[in-house]
Amino acid sequence: MDLYEYQAKELFARHGITVPPGQVAATPQEARAIAAEMRAPVVIKAQVKTGGRGKAGGVRLAPGPSAAEDEARRILGMDIKGHTAHRVLVEKATGGFEEYYAAYLVDRANRTLLAMVSSEGGMDIEEVAATKPEALARIPIDATIGVDLETARLLAARAGLPEDVLDAVAATLVRLWEVLVEEDAVLVEVNPLACTSDGTVLALDGKITLDGNAAFRHDHAALADGSDDGGLEARARAKHLNYVKLAGQVGVIGNGAGLVMSTLDVVAYAGERFDGVRPANFLDIGGGASAQVMADGLEIILSDPDVRAVLVNVFGGITACDAVANGIVKALEVLGEARCPIVVRLDGNNAEAGRKILSDAAHPMVRVVTTMDGAAELVAELAAA
Amino acid sequence: MAIFLTKDSKVLIQGMTGAEGTRHTARMLAAGTDVVAGVTPGKGGQSADFGQRWVPVFGTVAEAMAETGADVSVVFVPPKFARGAVEEAIDAGIQLCVVITEGVPVHDTLRFWARAQASGRTRIIGPNCPGLISPGQSSAGIIPADITSAGRIGLVSKSGTLTYQLMYELRDIGFSTAVGIGGDPVIGTTHIDALQAFQDDPGTDAIVMIGEIGGDAEERAAAYIEQHVTKPVVAYVAGFTAPEGKTMGHAGAIVSGSAGTAQAKKEALEKVGVRVGKTPSETARLMRDTIRTR
Ligand SMILES: Nc1ncnc2c1ncn2[C@@H]1O[C@H](COP(=O)(O)OP(=O)(O)OP(=O)(O)O)[C@@H](O)[C@H]1O
Ligand SMILES: [Mg+2]
Repeated sequence: MDLYEYQAKELFARHGITVPPGQVAATPQEARAIAAEMRAPVVIKAQVKTGGRGKAGGVRLAPGPSAAEDEARRILGMDIKGHTAHRVLVEKATGGFEEYYAAYLVDRANRTLLAMVSSEGGMDIEEVAATKPEALARIPIDATIGVDLETARLLAARAGLPEDVLDAVAATLVRLWEVLVEEDAVLVEVNPLACTSDGTVLALDGKITLDGNAAFRHDHAALADGSDDGGLEARARAKHLNYVKLAGQVGVIGNGAGLVMSTLDVVAYAGERFDGVRPANFLDIGGGASAQVMADGLEIILSDPDVRAVLVNVFGGITACDAVANGIVKALEVLGEARCPIVVRLDGNNAEAGRKILSDAAHPMVRVVTTMDGAAELVAELAAA
Repeated sequence: MAIFLTKDSKVLIQGMTGAEGTRHTARMLAAGTDVVAGVTPGKGGQSADFGQRWVPVFGTVAEAMAETGADVSVVFVPPKFARGAVEEAIDAGIQLCVVITEGVPVHDTLRFWARAQASGRTRIIGPNCPGLISPGQSSAGIIPADITSAGRIGLVSKSGTLTYQLMYELRDIGFSTAVGIGGDPVIGTTHIDALQAFQDDPGTDAIVMIGEIGGDAEERAAAYIEQHVTKPVVAYVAGFTAPEGKTMGHAGAIVSGSAGTAQAKKEALEKVGVRVGKTPSETARLMRDTIRTR
């Protein structure tokens, strides 16, 4: 789960990292009130979960309350790379500072954690890596050892930060490490990490990605984003379904993430011959696939107004196809009428028996197909009709 | 022959007395696996009845290994306790630890992985994986045994169900070993590890490699194949239609920016002469062609 900048800064502050004082506003008037209370110039910052806000005009300096209101009015509702700014962070403007860069992240390829520190802050770190690699220190960190003051100082020194800020930056780097580990983040990034002329080190920007698998040991639920996609994804989540809304017309249900991803691809290929229809969603109901889960899944998919036909693609492994077929029959009973055709492809253990159960049930909207490619072909044709 | 798991493997199950553990232990036994022990803290001294066999339960992995000579562990414990369980197995000196558990925090995986590396002994498979099977010999995990047969194809895959799909489509030819390495961002055994083992295994003639979006494991596997693999490899990659920035079921299956796309993986593989199927069934056909023309 990606956090907004203001949420990241809240977590930073909790772990003793200095951040500028600030508050979130959803309206220009709120922004004005916050700025007035601050009694200082402020920076108005679009809260969107994407990079490049500054370049897009989503980060603006406002010398006083009325400027804050104007800038907030301009930024609220702004679209930055497909993300709408519903809120702005109104933050005290820091004056006179050097900009550095600090991040920790999971290095998938090397199965370790990676520290990245640079003397070139404020700009895109990929650009620094490409144009000025000597200004970027990348050091793997052993997860069983972590980052202490000594390692942190070494990191900052390797990145070419000036001698007189090394101690202060190292202290911040250790706290940032604590954020990574104690909050179960897979990424923490501060760009820029500012050092002011009076020696303060503070995070002027913040990105955190939390590990959803670790939710059981945290109190992170309040950080989740309520607003999304018009409700389908939220409804699916409430039913513990693994669902992602996509842009097409063919609803897809399957068992197993890999098989469902593959099904989306096969539907898209078939769609090339039928008006370019595409998959409408990803939905993995997992290995067990009980009748209730199948019913919940079908219900979500059929309530998507974009869906014109549905493909249920199940490989019967642990749960054999006859059990899956009984599940589908029951799910359709629970559901009542289906408003569009449902193509079912069952293969694997007891496939014959499973298909027979479905054809005996003779549901008017259900068509049974043996192969995945054949099923994709038929569902694309039905969705295009 | 086979890789990582053979008929001689002695398997212990961590979390055997839980619902999942019990169900899958019965299935593993039915597949011919030599399940010699269960481990559940606090339940040492009991025995579990699996009809055809009583399996003794021990309180610790170390005891179970000492008493039974187990060299493989399969972990079914919930995410909260997975790290503790895996580290216990590593510390006891297990050779292979197969972590079936889905939903292990990545920091926990990083830690037990680092510990396994430091041990210089334990191979980790998973987490969030279906395990591995050497048909006709042994099964460690949840891969259904009755969808395929023993043969000379090796298979390595991030995805469980795509593994089953391909095992089923090629059931008449059969498999030496099929390894599900798991869909998490950080995993123990990688495509490369399995490719290397299959290359060295005299019982494997050809290899099916199944990948999916996210990370660059397939690209690195392609580079490895070019350098080190002489046996024919046929590949499949899932997730061409996946949008950027969305996690597709597996925690590791996410396209970030321009990185981790299915297209890039396919191109990397094709560049080194690996034939990549457009669909699972086309992949199975390519494997048939490959074997026929050898
Ligand atoms: N509180 C502040 N006081 C002074 N200057 C600031 C403050 N916040 C941000 N800035 C300046 O604005 C620049 C851009 O801000 P920030 O880094 O938060 O956004 P960004 O990097 O453009 O956004 P993104 O992280 O989405 O790419 C900073 O590099 C910094 O120079
Ligand atoms: Mg920034």
